[in-house]
Amino acid sequence: MWPHLLGLIVKEFLAVLKDKKSRVVLIGPPIIQVLVFGYAATYDLSHVPFAVYNEDPGPLSRDVVAAFHGSSNFQEVAQITHDEQIVPLIDRKEALMLLHIGPHFSRDLVLGRPALVQVIVDGRNSNTAALTLTYVRTIADRFNSQWGDRHGQFTPPARLDIRAWFNPNLESRWFIVPGIVALLTLLVTMLVTALSVAREREQGTFDQLLVTPLRPVEILLGKAIPGFLIGLVEASAIILVARWWFHVPLRGSVLTLYIGVALFLLAAVGVGLMISALATTQQQGLLGAFLFMVPAIILSGFATPLGNMPSLVQHLTLINPMRYFMVVLRGVFLEDAPLELLLDQFWPMAIIGVFTLGAASWLFRHRMH
Amino acid sequence: MRLRGLVRKEFLQILRDPSSLAIAFVMPVALLLLFGYGISLDAEHVPLALVVEHPSAETASVTGAFQQSRYFDPVLLSDMRTATHALAMHQVHGIVRLREDFARHLWGAGEAPIQLIVNGVDANNARLIEGYVEGVWATWVDHQARERGAAPRRAVQLQTQVWFNSELRSRDYLVPGLIAVIMTLIGALLTAMVVAREWERGTMEALMVTPVAVREVLLGKLIPYFVLGMGGMALSVAMAVWLFDVPLRGSLAILFASAALFLLVALGMGLLISIVARNQFVAGQIAIIVTFLPAFILSGFIFDIGSMPAVVQALTHLIAARYFVAILQTVFLAGDVWAVIMPNALALMLMAGIFLGLSRFRFRKRLD
Repeated sequence: MWPHLLGLIVKEFLAVLKDKKSRVVLIGPPIIQVLVFGYAATYDLSHVPFAVYNEDPGPLSRDVVAAFHGSSNFQEVAQITHDEQIVPLIDRKEALMLLHIGPHFSRDLVLGRPALVQVIVDGRNSNTAALTLTYVRTIADRFNSQWGDRHGQFTPPARLDIRAWFNPNLESRWFIVPGIVALLTLLVTMLVTALSVAREREQGTFDQLLVTPLRPVEILLGKAIPGFLIGLVEASAIILVARWWFHVPLRGSVLTLYIGVALFLLAAVGVGLMISALATTQQQGLLGAFLFMVPAIILSGFATPLGNMPSLVQHLTLINPMRYFMVVLRGVFLEDAPLELLLDQFWPMAIIGVFTLGAASWLFRHRMH
Repeated sequence: MRLRGLVRKEFLQILRDPSSLAIAFVMPVALLLLFGYGISLDAEHVPLALVVEHPSAETASVTGAFQQSRYFDPVLLSDMRTATHALAMHQVHGIVRLREDFARHLWGAGEAPIQLIVNGVDANNARLIEGYVEGVWATWVDHQARERGAAPRRAVQLQTQVWFNSELRSRDYLVPGLIAVIMTLIGALLTAMVVAREWERGTMEALMVTPVAVREVLLGKLIPYFVLGMGGMALSVAMAVWLFDVPLRGSLAILFASAALFLLVALGMGLLISIVARNQFVAGQIAIIVTFLPAFILSGFIFDIGSMPAVVQALTHLIAARYFVAILQTVFLAGDVWAVIMPNALALMLMAGIFLGLSRFRFRKRLD
């Protein structure tokens, strides 16, 4: 059995790697993508462009504006002097936020009356808008407590002490970059497996393969192992980039991480081969790869939390292997999750892998033109 | 006349292999349904552990405030050990701890009487939860202060207004962007393999010996897929407006004009891929890499381009979806703002010109 299998595996590797374009496609883009996406995919805001509309002549309003200048989250891009300037400023996206201080601000503040500051935020990206409002409130609260301390006229606040575990500075890069491991590993395994059987079907070489003395399980392994190995190399490369380039802490055990990687690859290779075995043309194979990959990524918890989805969609995600891998990656990287806590993520991936590989093997023989 | 024949041939081919029709019409509906409901950044009913170490009238009133909030599904616990275990098991996203001397420390200057611990792994969600908890807490404190007859504590009061999306519904900004992501996929999928397929099957040579011009061959390929793509676009817009209740404040004419431009870019890109790759296997691989993930991550559909480092921001200019997302978000939520629409439309026009021009150029060279 082994020499046959080895020959088949070598042949599959050659099929993927002998075409120069195909080789370039497999190696170059994933490395570029992990770097670009690692920097691009962030929810953290910095340098929010804001405009100031200060009608108040007093020095106190300048203190408020200075508090915004002092924050690295904000960057002043314009000063306006008339009401009519507000609408075009926001509409044209020249500023994301407008800080409007009315003419009586300093007087009201000194007299102990509520001093109003109007804040207008562009809501076209609601997440950015919500975060901007949070930053604005933080700056206003700090200003208020300093003002209170200096003038001693306010009761001390009843404080809330906030701590974030596992990610104390709430850097969204720590959340996103481990997710990219899953994203690109899936992408590469799909590239290698989803079109492979369909191509041989179209060229007629798959029928030749079926009439050789190779047993079905050997054909399956021959098709699966190259995808698995290429995926393993890819995942390892991205894990290294995450750890050493982006400095995401890797707190858990590498062994636990690799159990997750192996099970995910099993499932991904299985799905890819099943799609490929179902397709009669390469176009259908490509379509199938997309139809699996796009929902698998979007409904994995990579960018938006699963908990925000309606329960029907949440149930649907149970058949998505990437959903489990995301929990494993973030658990091992950030939470130092022990093996036994991740068992509930491991067995569904194993089941998906065994089922899809079995289905692919069956389809090899039973699906003809 | 010849062109009409080519278009007719291509349409017939599309009708015989229904996968193109499925891409153009079934895919936008299915994906928009799935993602329109599936992608949301609005956290509601967040599972939260409330640890009350020493119950009293005050702590009961605090827990009541959390129970009434639509953002939280609180679970009452009595000790931190159970609560931290629940946090590790992902059963709760955060812990609010009311210390045993809550009432005594409430108005004092020393130790904080109440503590919030969030699971910070999902940083964005954690920040939202912090905001909600602070909101509930501030409202409760204000209420208590007023009952005790204390003066309002805030010197500066904020009056906040969010334009275009006053309730901050994330769906209103995500669905228009999704249309761009989905159209990117459809455009590329429709054309990425068509030319490569004809080369592989040898039918291209057959076409070449006929007297049709290169321009006619390319147009004959583009026109049918353009018609299909616009059909898919119309379906998506209808779903966004009627199913997802996204307000459409700009004009339909501008929306469809920019969609037509974007579709030309997407189809042009697919055509170029299939001409350059010349075999379906590589064309398919390239299409998978250059379409979906860049459109998803670098277009501003979900991650704000303004927050990316300058180098990455510069790279996003290569992604056609970026311009279409900007137009869609503005036309849907803000209206016909020419200052946003014009530069983005011009960029799309330029990209369409480049892709289609390159396709034509590469195509001719192959024939020599």
